[in-house]
Amino acid sequence: MPVISYIQAVTQALREEMQRDKDVFVLGEDVGVRGGVFRATDGLYEEFGEARVIDTPLAESAIAGVGIGAAMYGKRPVAEMQFADFIMPAVNQIISEAAKIRYRSNNDFYCPITIRAPYGGGVHGALYHSQSVEAIFASVPGLKIVMPSTPYDVKGLLKAAIRDDDPVLFFEHKRAYRLIKGEVPEEDYTLPIGKADVKREGEDITVITYGLSVHFALQAAEKLEKDGISAHILDLRTVYPLDKDAIIEAASKTGKVLLITEDNKEGSIMSEVAAIISEHCLFDLDAPIKRLAGPDVPAMPYSPPMEKYFMINPDKVEKAMRELAEF
Amino acid sequence: MAVEKILMPQLGESVTEGTIEKWLVGVGDKVNKYDPIAEVNTDKVNAEVPSSYTGTIKELVASEGDTLEVGELVCYIEVEGGVSEEETQEASPEQKAIENHDAEAGNEQDQPMKRRYSPAVLRMAQEQDIDLEQVKGSGKGGRITRKDIQAIIDSGEIPKKGGAKTQPTKEAPEPKQAATVPAQQPPKANATEVPVAEGDVEIPVTGVRRAIANNMVRSKHEAPHAWTMVEVDVTNLVNFRNSVKGDFKKKEGYSLTFFSFFIKAVVEALKEFPQMNSMWAGDKIVQKKDINMSIAVGTDDALFVPVIKNADEKSIKGIAREVTELAKKARTGKLKSDEMQGGTFTVNNTGAFGSVQSMGIINYPQAAILQVESIVKRPVVMDNGMIAVRDMVNLCLSLDHRVLDGMVCGHFLARVKEKLENISKENTSVY
Amino acid sequence: MAEKRHEKLGLSDQDVLDMFETMLLARKIDERMWLLNRAGKIPFVISCQGQEAAQIGAAFALDREKDWVAPYYRDLGIVLAFGMTAKDIMLSGFAKAEDPNSGGRQMPGHFGQRENRILTGSSPVTTQVPHAVGVALAGKMDGEDIVTYASFGEGSSNQGDFHEAANFAGVHKLPVILMCENNKYAISVPVSKQLACEKVSDRAIGYGMPGYTVDGNDPLAVYEVCKEAADRGRRGEGPTLVETVSYRLTPHSSDDDDRAYRSREEVEEAKKKDSIITFAAYLKENGVMSDEKEQEIQERIKKLVDEATEYAENADYAAPESAMNYVYGE
Repeated sequence: MPVISYIQAVTQALREEMQRDKDVFVLGEDVGVRGGVFRATDGLYEEFGEARVIDTPLAESAIAGVGIGAAMYGKRPVAEMQFADFIMPAVNQIISEAAKIRYRSNNDFYCPITIRAPYGGGVHGALYHSQSVEAIFASVPGLKIVMPSTPYDVKGLLKAAIRDDDPVLFFEHKRAYRLIKGEVPEEDYTLPIGKADVKREGEDITVITYGLSVHFALQAAEKLEKDGISAHILDLRTVYPLDKDAIIEAASKTGKVLLITEDNKEGSIMSEVAAIISEHCLFDLDAPIKRLAGPDVPAMPYSPPMEKYFMINPDKVEKAMRELAEF
Repeated sequence: MAVEKILMPQLGESVTEGTIEKWLVGVGDKVNKYDPIAEVNTDKVNAEVPSSYTGTIKELVASEGDTLEVGELVCYIEVEGGVSEEETQEASPEQKAIENHDAEAGNEQDQPMKRRYSPAVLRMAQEQDIDLEQVKGSGKGGRITRKDIQAIIDSGEIPKKGGAKTQPTKEAPEPKQAATVPAQQPPKANATEVPVAEGDVEIPVTGVRRAIANNMVRSKHEAPHAWTMVEVDVTNLVNFRNSVKGDFKKKEGYSLTFFSFFIKAVVEALKEFPQMNSMWAGDKIVQKKDINMSIAVGTDDALFVPVIKNADEKSIKGIAREVTELAKKARTGKLKSDEMQGGTFTVNNTGAFGSVQSMGIINYPQAAILQVESIVKRPVVMDNGMIAVRDMVNLCLSLDHRVLDGMVCGHFLARVKEKLENISKENTSVY
Repeated sequence: MAEKRHEKLGLSDQDVLDMFETMLLARKIDERMWLLNRAGKIPFVISCQGQEAAQIGAAFALDREKDWVAPYYRDLGIVLAFGMTAKDIMLSGFAKAEDPNSGGRQMPGHFGQRENRILTGSSPVTTQVPHAVGVALAGKMDGEDIVTYASFGEGSSNQGDFHEAANFAGVHKLPVILMCENNKYAISVPVSKQLACEKVSDRAIGYGMPGYTVDGNDPLAVYEVCKEAADRGRRGEGPTLVETVSYRLTPHSSDDDDRAYRSREEVEEAKKKDSIITFAAYLKENGVMSDEKEQEIQERIKKLVDEATEYAENADYAAPESAMNYVYGE
């Protein structure tokens, strides 16, 4: 099986879906001739032409809104926000429009748009090129939010997102783009949106996380294994709506739960995960539910030591996992 | 004089590696700070990388065409009068903090967390009537962990109130006096009791093996097993299945096994005898609405019991497909835990390895397990007094006598038998 | 008498009679809604009164068999012209299960009906404008000969979505009619406090498209510019901004009291230019509609509105737990 990078998996999924369905098209800033500032749409302009790989004016609300209109007509647009941080002007279109179109029209209309955006820190991107924005959208019924961790998951989930009949926000960790490589089948496959994935079976502690932190947790688990600590790792993959059954099962399995997000702690995805566990798993819990997250400051600073201080990293994850195991 | 390293810089967000396209300097060249030293390609940008120092190039570590990760060594440069960075490096404050913490942890004498019980520990202690005062905790500050309690339950040695204190051991706690402890102890998982001679192979107990062991002990220990067997004439079934299996395989791509027919018959009978599809729950018996059929699948070193959910909604073909898929997953280690949960009754294909009679251990907390033995040709006295060679199979049922009695099991087995004996081309469809 | 105005525009006598009848139907439904609200039978009304001529002029300039519209909450005339019925509107007013717009989920005035190519709308203003641009883009991609129409008020023309969508349509030369129904008030704030430029149509040049300001009380004037805008779009020449100037004859909504911010004299003055009166007069002057014909139309519409009200009032609500349905595809 070929080994490709996380971002190559994005490109591969886009290319295959555009080949498969003529209603799929891409729009966003710099997605055309340049192939995206991260090169996610590399080669698509050459293959599919400017009518289906559209360089838009620099206006995020229009990127979302025009995409939504095309989706209501019957297209399957894939809109790119250059950075998740810049999705804010499009929030009204996403929350007031895309999320509610099916519901408000009593199922008469639906909105099969996929909105892709690179998120996450650790790339010296400072306040406005590092944020995790999923929590803003994670209380909006009607939306689905997918945040994959591996190239395999990227391809299967992006294809599923594009084929999904409802709006999907597809957040890609930009640090993972070239850092994370993995085996990806060349053939067509999809993975179910809304299903978490056990990335590692273990007995002593449970780690629930998503995105790049999955890799940090897996690395830490390898080290802890040598000390006889066995970690169970659940990758949420879809952060809204959450896979409650999988969360309950994973938390109940060990009774010691560490929740990791790169986002600011308060009101994060992990706040909701913690609530689900406390609602359902009280009598299986053997330790307080622990969260490892970014601090509650606006976003990560540019200065490398400050960025490092903010950012989740393998050492912080290992330390937190060890403490929980020892509790 | 000091030698400094020049490292592969990060050329752009998300870039993790770069390729040395061309060296612009050679060993011995004098360079000024910010003079370009190499052309580097990444998949985002192409750039000339400048020197970070003024000095003389000492060694080119990377060759043209090499792809290096960000932060990897590119070359050495000799710098006038500097002090090498490496010499000044010390342990970071964070590292020190961790070391200090570890030291503290090792010195802990008292056990302030000894009586801080988690909800899980309290629940398990209440369910099993464990006297927590007698339990030694392995957690932080002497805290009793869920695993500590689980180990006690698995060992079967429950320290009760009024009984003697537990003697702390490295393994599970061991009661000194057995007055309130059940007299019959299941064999303990304690390696020291088995003498190991030279040439003996010691196989570490894996998580899966441990889970199997625990479940078996628990089932045998808690559920009073009773056993019964019927023999079934499946000549018609054999003929029918043999007549359709070739086409089926060609059409569906997987085999139409006898096992699927047996499962179908059992599922139908369970529908008629819901008592069989139930569980012991201490103060009550829970009769399950869904019929979720557990099937035992052996691998080289373990036993898995995946579940065909809502088996009563499936055709023989549907059952055959799920059996094939689940068995494949079990053998390739791809079974998900939710595929092994929710079973309400178990059928075990013991006939697959030639067994003609066996006593299954009930898949706890279910009420019964049915073993389908080998189909063998035997001379049988028929209704008309003639002797004929027939395809015969034994069905062996282990039942939890708390839940079930002989009567209902007898009726149940008779129904299964009837269904199997009446299978024929005319009244049976695999679809 | 010289050639009649509507004939010059290529409209037959029957066409203009249809236009009048649709305008009148919109007005009569709207008036009934107010009565129902004041009788405590429906919780909310938002009006089209004063804008019927602009809406019908625009709708009739479109191809009502294939073009798409993204109406705003006052566009009762548009949706009636595009196939919605009095009964549909009344079902929406009473929030009944059969309401085709939303099954009783949305307030009245939040139109949407896929069958008739009316995009579903929301309450935050101007969000529908990029949607219309998106439909135009999709239609162009498929090689379909369709024009899209999006309307909004003059206050809404300050929203970013108007500007972003107009620019997108201009850059990509998409067949979109952006129609601002300038009724001089955004709730209480007059146009002088909304616009720094003289006319909304002045904004068109910034997005590379022509902009027209026309009398919103004259359906034929609106028809003329919208017809030209639609033709322009179909020729691949891009979008057009049309501003129709009329007056909001009612308070903003059933929850508003406009006496707080405008004089009765001003409102009475505006009513003299009410298009329902002036267009009827035009039709009579030109011998298209007799008094008898007008009477017949009035009676037909009254009957229609009565029947629709009766039906909707007695229709079933959706089951309460159906509130759980259709968050996602099922």
